[in-house]
Amino acid sequence: MADVNRGNRPLSPFMLGKYYRPQMTSISSILVRITGNALIAAAFLSVWWLLAAATGPEYFDFVNWLITSWIGDIVMFLSVWALWYHFGGGLRHLVWDAGRCLDVATSEKLGWAMLIGATIMTIITALVV
Amino acid sequence: MVQFNLPKNSKIVTGKTWPKPEGATNVRKFQIYRWNPDDEKNPSVDTYFLDMDRCGPMVLDALIKIKNEIDPTLTFRRSCREGICGSCAMNIDGINTLACIYGLDEIKGDVRIFPLPHMPVVKDLIPDLTHFYAQHASIMPWLETKTNRPEKEWRQSIEDRKKLDGLYECVMCASCSTSCPSYWWNGDKYLGPAALLHAYRWIIDSRDEATGERLDMLEDPFKLYRCHTIMNCAKTCPKGLNPAAAIAHIKKMMLERAH
Repeated sequence: MADVNRGNRPLSPFMLGKYYRPQMTSISSILVRITGNALIAAAFLSVWWLLAAATGPEYFDFVNWLITSWIGDIVMFLSVWALWYHFGGGLRHLVWDAGRCLDVATSEKLGWAMLIGATIMTIITALVV
Repeated sequence: MVQFNLPKNSKIVTGKTWPKPEGATNVRKFQIYRWNPDDEKNPSVDTYFLDMDRCGPMVLDALIKIKNEIDPTLTFRRSCREGICGSCAMNIDGINTLACIYGLDEIKGDVRIFPLPHMPVVKDLIPDLTHFYAQHASIMPWLETKTNRPEKEWRQSIEDRKKLDGLYECVMCASCSTSCPSYWWNGDKYLGPAALLHAYRWIIDSRDEATGERLDMLEDPFKLYRCHTIMNCAKTCPKGLNPAAAIAHIKKMMLERAH
Protein backbone atom coordinates (compact mmCIF):
# COMPACT_ATOMS: atom_id res chain seq x y z
CA MET A 1 0.00 0.00 0.00
CA ALA A 2 1.32 3.40 -0.93
CA ASP A 3 2.24 5.43 2.10
CA VAL A 4 0.05 8.40 1.25
CA ASN A 5 -0.83 10.95 3.91
CA ARG A 6 -0.79 8.31 6.60
CA GLY A 7 -0.20 10.77 9.41
CA ASN A 8 -3.32 12.84 8.93
CA ARG A 9 -5.92 10.15 8.38
CA PRO A 10 -9.34 11.18 9.68
CA LEU A 11 -11.24 9.05 12.16
CA SER A 12 -14.42 7.66 10.63
CA PRO A 13 -17.64 8.79 12.36
CA PHE A 14 -18.98 6.48 15.06
CA MET A 15 -21.30 8.33 17.44
CA LEU A 16 -24.31 6.38 18.73
CA GLY A 17 -27.51 7.80 17.36
CA LYS A 18 -26.19 10.02 14.60
CA TYR A 19 -23.96 7.48 12.85
CA TYR A 20 -24.57 4.21 14.66
CA ARG A 21 -28.18 3.18 15.13
CA PRO A 22 -29.03 2.60 18.82
CA GLN A 23 -29.89 -1.03 19.56
CA MET A 24 -32.05 -2.37 22.37
CA THR A 25 -28.99 -4.15 23.74
CA SER A 26 -26.64 -1.15 23.53
CA ILE A 27 -29.16 1.23 25.11
CA SER A 28 -30.01 -1.16 27.94
CA SER A 29 -26.27 -1.64 28.52
CA ILE A 30 -25.36 2.06 28.61
CA LEU A 31 -28.33 2.67 30.95
CA VAL A 32 -26.81 0.24 33.45
CA ARG A 33 -23.69 2.38 33.47
CA ILE A 34 -25.59 5.68 33.64
CA THR A 35 -27.83 4.50 36.49
CA GLY A 36 -24.76 3.15 38.31
CA ASN A 37 -23.04 6.52 38.14
CA ALA A 38 -26.20 8.45 39.00
CA LEU A 39 -26.64 6.28 42.08
CA ILE A 40 -23.32 7.56 43.43
CA ALA A 41 -24.95 10.99 43.64
CA ALA A 42 -28.05 9.47 45.27
CA ALA A 43 -25.85 7.67 47.79
CA PHE A 44 -24.09 10.95 48.67
CA LEU A 45 -27.49 12.61 49.15
CA SER A 46 -28.57 9.87 51.54
CA VAL A 47 -25.31 10.09 53.49
CA TRP A 48 -25.67 13.86 53.64
CA TRP A 49 -29.15 13.40 55.11
CA LEU A 50 -27.79 11.00 57.76
CA LEU A 51 -24.86 13.31 58.52
CA ALA A 52 -27.29 16.18 58.92
CA ALA A 53 -29.27 14.10 61.41
CA ALA A 54 -26.07 13.62 63.41
CA THR A 55 -25.08 17.29 63.19
CA GLY A 56 -28.05 18.98 64.82
CA PRO A 57 -31.78 19.60 64.62
CA GLU A 58 -31.59 22.88 62.68
CA TYR A 59 -29.28 21.56 60.01
CA PHE A 60 -31.34 18.36 59.78
CA ASP A 61 -34.52 20.40 59.32
CA PHE A 62 -32.95 22.14 56.35
CA VAL A 63 -31.61 18.98 54.66
CA ASN A 64 -34.75 17.04 55.46
CA TRP A 65 -36.85 19.83 53.97
CA LEU A 66 -34.72 19.75 50.81
CA ILE A 67 -34.80 15.99 50.38
CA THR A 68 -38.55 15.74 51.07
CA SER A 69 -39.43 18.75 48.89
CA TRP A 70 -40.99 18.04 45.52
CA ILE A 71 -37.60 18.28 43.81
CA GLY A 72 -36.08 15.91 46.36
CA ASP A 73 -39.04 13.59 45.84
CA ILE A 74 -38.44 13.47 42.10
CA VAL A 75 -34.71 12.85 42.56
CA MET A 76 -35.35 10.08 45.07
CA PHE A 77 -38.11 8.53 42.94
CA LEU A 78 -35.78 8.42 39.93
CA SER A 79 -33.02 7.04 42.14
CA VAL A 80 -35.27 4.19 43.18
CA TRP A 81 -35.92 3.48 39.50
CA ALA A 82 -32.16 3.61 38.84
CA LEU A 83 -31.52 1.26 41.74
CA TRP A 84 -34.02 -1.31 40.46
CA TYR A 85 -32.78 -0.97 36.90
CA HIS A 86 -29.14 -1.33 37.95
CA PHE A 87 -30.11 -4.36 40.05
CA GLY A 88 -31.82 -5.87 36.99
CA GLY A 89 -28.70 -5.19 34.95
CA GLY A 90 -26.65 -7.05 37.53
CA LEU A 91 -29.00 -10.03 37.34
CA ARG A 92 -28.75 -10.00 33.55
CA HIS A 93 -24.96 -10.06 33.78
CA LEU A 94 -25.18 -13.03 36.17
CA VAL A 95 -27.32 -14.92 33.66
CA TRP A 96 -24.94 -14.04 30.82
CA ASP A 97 -21.86 -14.95 32.83
CA ALA A 98 -23.42 -18.37 33.39
CA GLY A 99 -23.33 -18.71 29.61
CA ARG A 100 -27.11 -18.47 29.17
CA CYS A 101 -29.51 -16.24 27.20
CA LEU A 102 -26.71 -14.95 24.97
CA ASP A 103 -28.65 -14.87 21.71
CA VAL A 104 -29.72 -11.46 20.45
CA ALA A 105 -33.49 -12.05 20.66
CA THR A 106 -33.39 -13.21 24.30
CA SER A 107 -30.97 -10.43 25.27
CA GLU A 108 -33.36 -7.87 23.82
CA LYS A 109 -36.24 -9.39 25.77
CA LEU A 110 -34.13 -9.22 28.95
CA GLY A 111 -33.50 -5.54 28.20
CA TRP A 112 -37.23 -4.86 27.97
CA ALA A 113 -37.77 -6.90 31.13
CA MET A 114 -35.25 -4.66 32.94
CA LEU A 115 -37.02 -1.48 31.80
CA ILE A 116 -40.53 -2.70 32.57
CA GLY A 117 -39.47 -4.56 35.72
CA ALA A 118 -37.68 -1.52 37.13
CA THR A 119 -40.75 0.64 36.46
CA ILE A 120 -43.15 -1.81 38.13
CA MET A 121 -40.84 -2.31 41.13
CA THR A 122 -40.39 1.46 41.50
CA ILE A 123 -44.14 2.01 41.61
CA ILE A 124 -44.52 -0.79 44.16
CA THR A 125 -41.65 0.65 46.23
CA ALA A 126 -43.19 4.12 46.12
CA LEU A 127 -46.60 2.76 47.18
CA VAL A 128 -45.13 0.71 50.05
CA VAL A 129 -42.79 3.46 51.31
CA MET B 1 -10.70 6.67 26.49
CA VAL B 2 -14.37 7.45 26.18
CA GLN B 3 -14.76 9.78 23.26
CA PHE B 4 -17.94 11.42 22.02
CA ASN B 5 -16.78 13.68 19.23
CA LEU B 6 -14.61 13.48 16.16
CA PRO B 7 -11.16 15.10 16.20
CA LYS B 8 -10.79 18.37 14.32
CA ASN B 9 -9.36 16.87 11.12
CA SER B 10 -12.24 14.37 10.97
CA LYS B 11 -15.22 16.72 11.24
CA ILE B 12 -17.54 16.15 8.32
CA VAL B 13 -18.50 18.99 5.98
CA THR B 14 -21.16 19.09 3.28
CA GLY B 15 -19.76 17.81 0.00
CA LYS B 16 -20.68 17.98 -3.62
CA THR B 17 -24.18 17.29 -4.91
CA TRP B 18 -23.94 15.39 -8.18
CA PRO B 19 -26.53 15.93 -10.94
CA LYS B 20 -29.70 13.84 -11.08
CA PRO B 21 -30.00 11.28 -13.87
CA GLU B 22 -31.98 12.64 -16.83
CA GLY B 23 -35.39 11.21 -17.67
CA ALA B 24 -35.50 8.95 -14.61
CA THR B 25 -38.75 8.58 -12.69
CA ASN B 26 -37.64 6.31 -9.85
CA VAL B 27 -34.78 8.32 -8.31
CA ARG B 28 -33.12 7.57 -4.99
CA LYS B 29 -30.75 9.76 -2.98
CA PHE B 30 -27.42 8.42 -1.75
CA GLN B 31 -25.26 10.19 0.81
CA ILE B 32 -21.72 8.89 0.86
CA TYR B 33 -18.69 9.72 3.00
CA ARG B 34 -15.72 11.04 1.02
CA TRP B 35 -12.15 11.76 2.02
CA ASN B 36 -9.22 12.20 -0.30
CA PRO B 37 -5.71 11.83 1.14
CA ASP B 38 -4.28 13.93 -1.70
CA ASP B 39 -5.85 17.25 -0.70
CA GLU B 40 -5.89 19.03 2.62
CA LYS B 41 -9.68 19.09 2.99
CA ASN B 42 -11.79 17.58 5.77
CA PRO B 43 -14.01 14.58 5.05
CA SER B 44 -17.33 15.40 3.37
CA VAL B 45 -20.62 13.76 2.52
CA ASP B 46 -21.40 13.77 -1.20
CA THR B 47 -24.93 13.42 -2.53
CA TYR B 48 -25.66 11.23 -5.54
CA PHE B 49 -28.92 10.38 -7.31
CA LEU B 50 -29.52 7.04 -9.02
CA ASP B 51 -32.18 5.82 -11.40
CA MET B 52 -33.44 2.81 -9.43
CA ASP B 53 -35.14 1.31 -12.49
CA ARG B 54 -31.66 0.76 -13.89
CA CYS B 55 -29.85 -0.40 -10.75
CA GLY B 56 -29.20 -3.82 -9.19
CA PRO B 57 -30.86 -4.78 -5.88
CA MET B 58 -27.90 -4.54 -3.49
CA VAL B 59 -26.08 -1.58 -1.94
CA LEU B 60 -22.90 -2.70 -3.71
CA ASP B 61 -24.72 -2.58 -7.07
CA ALA B 62 -25.54 1.06 -6.38
CA LEU B 63 -21.94 1.88 -5.39
CA ILE B 64 -20.59 0.25 -8.55
CA LYS B 65 -23.17 2.10 -10.64
CA ILE B 66 -22.09 5.42 -9.11
CA LYS B 67 -18.43 4.61 -9.75
CA ASN B 68 -19.12 3.51 -13.34
CA GLU B 69 -21.54 6.20 -14.40
CA ILE B 70 -21.26 9.25 -12.16
CA ASP B 71 -18.02 9.54 -10.20
CA PRO B 72 -15.08 7.23 -10.98
CA THR B 73 -13.12 8.61 -8.00
CA LEU B 74 -15.47 7.00 -5.44
CA THR B 75 -13.28 4.44 -3.67
CA PHE B 76 -14.36 1.28 -1.86
CA ARG B 77 -13.23 -2.33 -1.41
CA ARG B 78 -15.19 -5.12 -3.04
CA SER B 79 -14.46 -8.51 -4.47
CA CYS B 80 -16.73 -11.55 -4.31
CA ARG B 81 -20.14 -9.78 -4.36
CA GLU B 82 -21.66 -12.69 -2.40
CA GLY B 83 -20.76 -12.18 1.26
CA ILE B 84 -17.81 -14.55 1.48
CA CYS B 85 -14.76 -12.31 1.12
CA GLY B 86 -15.69 -9.65 3.67
CA SER B 87 -14.16 -6.80 1.65
CA CYS B 88 -17.14 -4.48 1.27
CA ALA B 89 -17.96 -4.08 4.98
CA MET B 90 -19.16 -0.53 5.66
CA ASN B 91 -21.60 1.45 7.76
CA ILE B 92 -24.89 1.44 5.86
CA ASP B 93 -28.04 3.09 7.24
CA GLY B 94 -26.52 3.19 10.73
CA ILE B 95 -25.35 -0.41 11.03
CA ASN B 96 -22.25 -2.25 9.84
CA THR B 97 -22.78 -4.82 7.15
CA LEU B 98 -21.56 -6.10 3.79
CA ALA B 99 -22.72 -3.89 0.92
CA CYS B 100 -22.98 -6.90 -1.39
CA ILE B 101 -25.58 -8.79 0.65
CA TYR B 102 -27.51 -5.83 2.07
CA GLY B 103 -30.55 -5.07 -0.07
CA LEU B 104 -31.47 -1.50 -1.00
CA ASP B 105 -35.07 -2.44 -0.20
CA GLU B 106 -34.05 -2.99 3.45
CA ILE B 107 -33.36 0.74 3.81
CA LYS B 108 -36.06 3.33 4.35
CA GLY B 109 -35.52 6.72 2.73
CA ASP B 110 -32.11 8.03 1.68
CA VAL B 111 -29.19 5.63 1.63
CA ARG B 112 -26.39 6.81 3.95
CA ILE B 113 -23.03 5.10 3.57
CA PHE B 114 -19.96 5.65 5.78
CA PRO B 115 -16.75 3.73 6.37
CA LEU B 116 -16.64 1.29 9.31
CA PRO B 117 -16.91 3.42 12.47
CA HIS B 118 -14.01 4.79 14.54
CA MET B 119 -11.26 3.68 12.17
CA PRO B 120 -8.53 5.66 10.44
CA VAL B 121 -9.67 6.29 6.87
CA VAL B 122 -7.35 5.47 3.97
CA LYS B 123 -9.70 6.94 1.37
CA ASP B 124 -13.49 7.34 1.08
CA LEU B 125 -15.07 4.10 2.32
CA ILE B 126 -11.79 2.30 2.99
CA PRO B 127 -10.70 2.01 6.62
CA ASP B 128 -7.16 1.09 7.69
CA LEU B 129 -7.47 -2.44 9.08
CA THR B 130 -3.76 -2.93 9.95
CA HIS B 131 -4.33 -2.94 13.71
CA PHE B 132 -7.44 -5.13 13.37
CA TYR B 133 -5.44 -7.77 11.44
CA ALA B 134 -2.54 -7.57 13.90
CA GLN B 135 -4.97 -8.32 16.73
CA HIS B 136 -6.26 -11.33 14.83
CA ALA B 137 -2.69 -12.57 14.32
CA SER B 138 -1.97 -12.11 18.05
CA ILE B 139 -4.49 -14.79 19.10
CA MET B 140 -2.57 -17.47 17.11
CA PRO B 141 -5.29 -18.30 14.56
CA TRP B 142 -3.92 -21.74 13.76
CA LEU B 143 -3.87 -25.27 15.20
CA GLU B 144 -1.24 -25.59 17.96
CA THR B 145 -0.21 -29.15 18.77
CA LYS B 146 2.38 -30.80 21.00
CA THR B 147 1.90 -34.52 20.39
CA ASN B 148 3.53 -36.14 17.39
CA ARG B 149 1.92 -35.60 14.05
CA PRO B 150 -0.58 -38.34 13.16
CA GLU B 151 0.09 -40.34 10.03
CA LYS B 152 -2.75 -38.64 8.18
CA GLU B 153 -4.98 -35.81 9.43
CA TRP B 154 -5.80 -34.66 12.98
CA ARG B 155 -9.08 -36.42 13.58
CA GLN B 156 -12.13 -35.01 15.29
CA SER B 157 -15.49 -36.51 16.28
CA ILE B 158 -18.66 -35.22 14.67
CA GLU B 159 -19.77 -33.75 18.01
CA ASP B 160 -16.48 -31.90 18.49
CA ARG B 161 -16.62 -30.61 14.94
CA LYS B 162 -20.12 -29.27 15.62
CA LYS B 163 -18.71 -26.98 18.32
CA LEU B 164 -16.98 -24.99 15.58
CA ASP B 165 -20.24 -24.17 13.80
CA GLY B 166 -21.12 -20.53 14.22
CA LEU B 167 -17.42 -19.70 14.63
CA TYR B 168 -15.52 -20.87 11.55
CA GLU B 169 -17.86 -18.95 9.21
CA CYS B 170 -16.38 -15.57 10.19
CA VAL B 171 -14.98 -13.74 7.14
CA MET B 172 -13.04 -11.10 9.11
CA CYS B 173 -14.98 -8.19 7.63
CA ALA B 174 -14.54 -6.17 10.87
CA SER B 175 -18.24 -5.19 11.02
CA CYS B 176 -18.54 -6.47 14.59
CA SER B 177 -15.40 -4.96 16.09
CA THR B 178 -16.15 -1.55 14.59
CA SER B 179 -19.74 -1.66 15.90
CA CYS B 180 -18.54 -2.11 19.48
CA PRO B 181 -18.42 1.02 21.68
CA SER B 182 -15.84 -0.71 23.86
CA TYR B 183 -13.66 -1.27 20.80
CA TRP B 184 -14.12 2.36 19.73
CA TRP B 185 -12.82 3.57 23.06
CA ASN B 186 -10.26 0.91 23.96
CA GLY B 187 -9.49 -0.60 20.56
CA ASP B 188 -5.76 -0.18 21.10
CA LYS B 189 -5.77 -2.73 23.95
CA TYR B 190 -9.12 -4.54 23.77
CA LEU B 191 -8.99 -7.29 21.14
CA GLY B 192 -12.58 -6.76 20.01
CA PRO B 193 -15.30 -9.25 19.05
CA ALA B 194 -13.76 -10.56 15.82
CA ALA B 195 -10.36 -11.50 17.26
CA LEU B 196 -12.01 -12.96 20.38
CA LEU B 197 -14.45 -15.04 18.34
CA HIS B 198 -11.44 -16.47 16.51
CA ALA B 199 -9.64 -17.00 19.82
CA TYR B 200 -12.63 -19.02 21.08
CA ARG B 201 -12.79 -20.97 17.82
CA TRP B 202 -9.27 -22.35 18.58
CA ILE B 203 -9.81 -22.66 22.34
CA ILE B 204 -12.69 -25.10 21.91
CA ASP B 205 -11.20 -26.99 18.96
CA SER B 206 -10.76 -30.54 20.32
CA ARG B 207 -7.57 -30.98 18.26
CA ASP B 208 -5.82 -27.92 19.67
CA GLU B 209 -3.34 -28.57 22.48
CA ALA B 210 -2.58 -25.01 23.57
CA THR B 211 -5.86 -24.22 25.35
CA GLY B 212 -4.08 -23.20 28.58
CA GLU B 213 -1.64 -20.87 26.82
CA ARG B 214 -4.47 -19.34 24.82
CA LEU B 215 -6.45 -18.60 27.98
CA ASP B 216 -3.30 -17.26 29.71
CA MET B 217 -2.81 -14.86 26.84
CA LEU B 218 -6.37 -13.50 27.19
CA GLU B 219 -6.28 -13.21 31.01
CA ASP B 220 -5.95 -9.44 30.90
CA PRO B 221 -8.16 -6.56 32.04
CA PHE B 222 -8.20 -5.11 28.53
CA LYS B 223 -7.73 -7.86 25.93
CA LEU B 224 -10.82 -9.82 27.02
CA TYR B 225 -12.60 -8.07 29.87
CA ARG B 226 -13.45 -4.82 28.07
CA CYS B 227 -16.41 -6.75 26.66
CA HIS B 228 -19.50 -5.59 28.58
CA THR B 229 -21.95 -7.65 26.52
CA ILE B 230 -23.28 -4.62 24.66
CA MET B 231 -24.09 -7.04 21.82
CA ASN B 232 -23.78 -4.61 18.92
CA CYS B 233 -21.43 -7.24 17.45
CA ALA B 234 -23.96 -10.06 17.37
CA LYS B 235 -26.71 -7.72 16.22
CA THR B 236 -24.69 -6.42 13.25
CA CYS B 237 -22.78 -9.52 12.06
CA PRO B 238 -23.65 -9.96 8.36
CA LYS B 239 -23.00 -13.69 8.69
CA GLY B 240 -25.39 -14.04 11.67
CA LEU B 241 -22.65 -15.10 14.10
CA ASN B 242 -22.55 -14.24 17.79
CA PRO B 243 -19.16 -12.98 19.00
CA ALA B 244 -20.71 -11.80 22.30
CA ALA B 245 -21.63 -15.39 23.16
CA ALA B 246 -18.14 -16.62 22.23
CA ILE B 247 -16.59 -14.00 24.51
CA ALA B 248 -18.95 -14.93 27.36
CA HIS B 249 -17.89 -18.55 26.97
CA ILE B 250 -14.21 -17.59 27.17
CA LYS B 251 -14.92 -15.66 30.39
CA LYS B 252 -16.72 -18.72 31.74
CA MET B 253 -13.76 -20.97 30.91
CA MET B 254 -11.48 -18.51 32.74
CA LEU B 255 -13.63 -18.87 35.87
CA GLU B 256 -13.93 -22.63 35.56
CA ARG B 257 -10.18 -23.18 35.35
CA ALA B 258 -9.59 -20.86 38.33
CA HIS B 259 -11.66 -23.11 40.61
